[in-house]
Amino acid sequence: MNVPRSHIRNFCIIAHIDHGKSTLADRILEKTQTVALRDMEDQLLDSMDLERERGITIKAHAVTLSYQAQDGETYLFNLIDTPGHVDFNYEVSRSLAACEGAILIVDASQGIEAQTLANTYLAVDHGLEIVPVINKIDLPSARPDEVRQEIEDIIGIDASEAPAISAKQGTNIEAVLEAIVRQIPPPKGEDDAPLRALIFDSYYDSYKGVIVYFRVMSGEVKPGDTIRMMATGAQFDVVETGIMRPGRLEPNKGLRAGEVGYIAASIKTVGDARVGDTITLASRPAEEPLPGYRKVNPMVFCGIFPADGAHYQDLREALERLQLNDASLTYEPETSVALGFGFRCGFLGLLHMEIVQERLEREYNLDLITTAPSVIYRITLTDGKVLMIDNPTNYPDPGTIASAEEPIADAHILAPNDYVGNIMELCQERRGVFKDMKYLDTTRVDIHYEMPLNEIVYDFFDALKSRTKGYASFDYELKGYVPSELVKLDILLNGDVVDALSFIVFAGNAYARARRMCEKLKDNIPRQLFEVPIQAAIGGKIIARETVKAMRKDVLAKCYGGDITRKKKLLEKQKEGKKRMRQLGSVEVPQEAFMAVLKLDDD
Amino acid sequence: MPIGLYIHVPFCISKCPYCDFYSLPASGSPQADEERYDAYTVSVLRALDGWAARLSGEKADTLYFGGGTPSLLGGKRLARIIESAQRRFGLEGAEITMEANPADGLEETFRAFADAGGNRVSLGMQSASSGELRSLGRRHAPPDVEAAVQAARSAGIRNISLDLMLALEGQTPASVQASAGEAARLGARHVSAYLLKIEEGTPYFARRGSLALPDEDAQADLYLTACEALEEQGYRQYEISNFSLPGFASRHNLKYWNLEPYLGIGPSAHSYLGGRRFAYPRDLSGFLRGEEPEAERDAADLTANSIPEGGEEEYILLRLRLAEGVSEAAFQRRFGRSLPAIYRQRAAVLPSSLVTVDENGIRFTREGFLLSNPLTARLLG
Repeated sequence: MNVPRSHIRNFCIIAHIDHGKSTLADRILEKTQTVALRDMEDQLLDSMDLERERGITIKAHAVTLSYQAQDGETYLFNLIDTPGHVDFNYEVSRSLAACEGAILIVDASQGIEAQTLANTYLAVDHGLEIVPVINKIDLPSARPDEVRQEIEDIIGIDASEAPAISAKQGTNIEAVLEAIVRQIPPPKGEDDAPLRALIFDSYYDSYKGVIVYFRVMSGEVKPGDTIRMMATGAQFDVVETGIMRPGRLEPNKGLRAGEVGYIAASIKTVGDARVGDTITLASRPAEEPLPGYRKVNPMVFCGIFPADGAHYQDLREALERLQLNDASLTYEPETSVALGFGFRCGFLGLLHMEIVQERLEREYNLDLITTAPSVIYRITLTDGKVLMIDNPTNYPDPGTIASAEEPIADAHILAPNDYVGNIMELCQERRGVFKDMKYLDTTRVDIHYEMPLNEIVYDFFDALKSRTKGYASFDYELKGYVPSELVKLDILLNGDVVDALSFIVFAGNAYARARRMCEKLKDNIPRQLFEVPIQAAIGGKIIARETVKAMRKDVLAKCYGGDITRKKKLLEKQKEGKKRMRQLGSVEVPQEAFMAVLKLDDD
Repeated sequence: MPIGLYIHVPFCISKCPYCDFYSLPASGSPQADEERYDAYTVSVLRALDGWAARLSGEKADTLYFGGGTPSLLGGKRLARIIESAQRRFGLEGAEITMEANPADGLEETFRAFADAGGNRVSLGMQSASSGELRSLGRRHAPPDVEAAVQAARSAGIRNISLDLMLALEGQTPASVQASAGEAARLGARHVSAYLLKIEEGTPYFARRGSLALPDEDAQADLYLTACEALEEQGYRQYEISNFSLPGFASRHNLKYWNLEPYLGIGPSAHSYLGGRRFAYPRDLSGFLRGEEPEAERDAADLTANSIPEGGEEEYILLRLRLAEGVSEAAFQRRFGRSLPAIYRQRAAVLPSSLVTVDENGIRFTREGFLLSNPLTARLLG
């Protein structure tokens, strides 16, 4: 590995979902012949099933490629693939900090989207050289010239030279590779300075312990060195260093300033190698860590319970394993009268929450019931004490509350201007405060709202998609806390409060939401052997009510000719059905009811 | 304990659009049908021989011809089967029933049936309303029922049962009351009133979307109306769908609900012998070739009156269909111990409007009968 620093290019790819990031990455791998064609698996970078299915990147990936350029020289490309979603903004920012440049992929028919814009600004803020690429020129609806203009107008960079490509068909990929060599500057850094290396990702490997991905900013690290994590202070002996080749790790003798690679140092948990932390040498520590480290904190919380209480231990083990690779997932035991033993889990955002739930269900084969997501409310009591509440169960007695605050976010929605009316109506319903609206071009707008986070976590994205036929893209960023009037809404089934269905809500929305909640429950709770009243209450006051009528008829009228097989089958079915039900006091509630009430904006 | 005999006669003139019992419509050639009936009768006789040898010495005290439309076999074939069954299984003082659909020309069939020892007829009346009969796709009209009843009576058969159907398109409580009244006027000693169920695979199932059937609540109301109307006419409800004048409960059908042994012969016929359940395949040609119920080809002793594993649950499941329910006394007689407390405990938490629990045992109320599936599931845990 004797490539001089001048021949290294560290870059990432920024793209909106479906704009072709993974396809381009695959083409680059192909062209650099890092992967033999027969080993090519479609979309090599997104390796989790979920990522492939959803076409999104959840975890950062990195890969080192060798490219023989037209100037006859061999260049080393370090492609760092960043997560593509706002929930992982911090991870994105750390990945960007490890690069000198970014390829910006814009779909030739769709133009720039909210996500792209947000990440591009982030990249510009980090001083990255942006290399625009116009993809999908093979589509009949492609309008490369307009999109080129859009890039120049909105982002303010020169796009006249931007390669127009089709990653899918492999058209003009060479031009992208040459642009990387020409436009992205090589890394700087001194090999002789004390070691400072930026961690941008890590994952747990059961043989080697935590594998830490990092970029060396200055100095040098090699096997045998004792390293220190500057934020946590933890020290480890380096067992192995190397670079990431597609699909495998390639050990080497050490890594120097400007290079991207990994270390294995018998690290037990990813919490000891946090994204954003700086690695230095214990023998010759750097004076200052690299800027920008912060511990990411979850913003959205929900209860996760096994559908079958017997699987509590399985759930605990699954969460432990997931956390090995996901330091931003938090969980602690929670007990619910209705749902039994489970965990209160914290997530970076809604997508993160969904991903964790899905992985638990798929990879660990768990059947789960989750409670409505909650944000963290700041409650000041009359005695001056301040509480941060993320669980309705812990909501204090209203009599003791002096003031309440809720988190608020800056939200940007990019959409064709035909949908402005729908979007504004939705944002208004969700207590949004209009900030401004910009035309991106003649047909597309950027609508900027300030919106309470709890309105966003409450199914906002689904509602937005359905009201814009999927054309809107959306991005938000937490801004701070504002005073608010909050109440805790309880749901009673047959007179008993079901703790798992309680939630904290803005007082002005309480009635409407209570009504919808009762209606939804009524639609999702099957008729029982007796009439079941469904009530919503604030404190002791009932503010909405529905009734599930008693079941009247479920009988096999005839057992003809002594054939009781059907009768027995029915009995089995009844027993099976009962298994999928949650017994809440005297009422049987199907799991779907818990899920359905999380989606109140369906119709 | 004497067993029950059931003969499944899988022939009909045409299939009713709601029916999913195993039966084949007429072929269109009367001669071919007659040949088929003959071949079928020979197979039944052969099966009776075979089973009699296998169950050596076993006696029967009920014989039931169900279908299908057993009357299509005609008096001679029915008589041959009865006589053979008498020779093999005694049938001393037995209840011998045949099902029939109201139609012309039943006199001769009934007479031959009665002469051979038949003493009970069950007629598919279904309704006293011609509109309801039409919507069910039945071939008969209300006057045919009276004619069929007369035919049975003139053959000397007094024990007549009439079937009614509930939850039909456009059915009202008034029409249910009228049907119950008509059944009484015709002198039925037994009435079965079945809620229509839309079975998968039937023409009704295919067009269920366009059928204007009563909803769950209306169905329940029609059922309760039928129960009350029949009660007013002097019929006592002894099972979910069965009513009789005192002393005229179906002895054969009671065997099913009391977990007593019975032998079913004919395609799709079910048996419960020696604590085992088995059935002939739903396949006439297989039956004609002499195929036997699959599970039982090499089974052990079918005459043992043992109660197999799960027998207790099965007993409760079936007995709960009866108005008497699971009675302490009967359970004691059957199992030699008292009804386990767990069942009472489970029953005690169910609404008392649906389930009665007392020193006599556990039984469903009429409203409870309507919910017997979920209630039974809860009682059995």
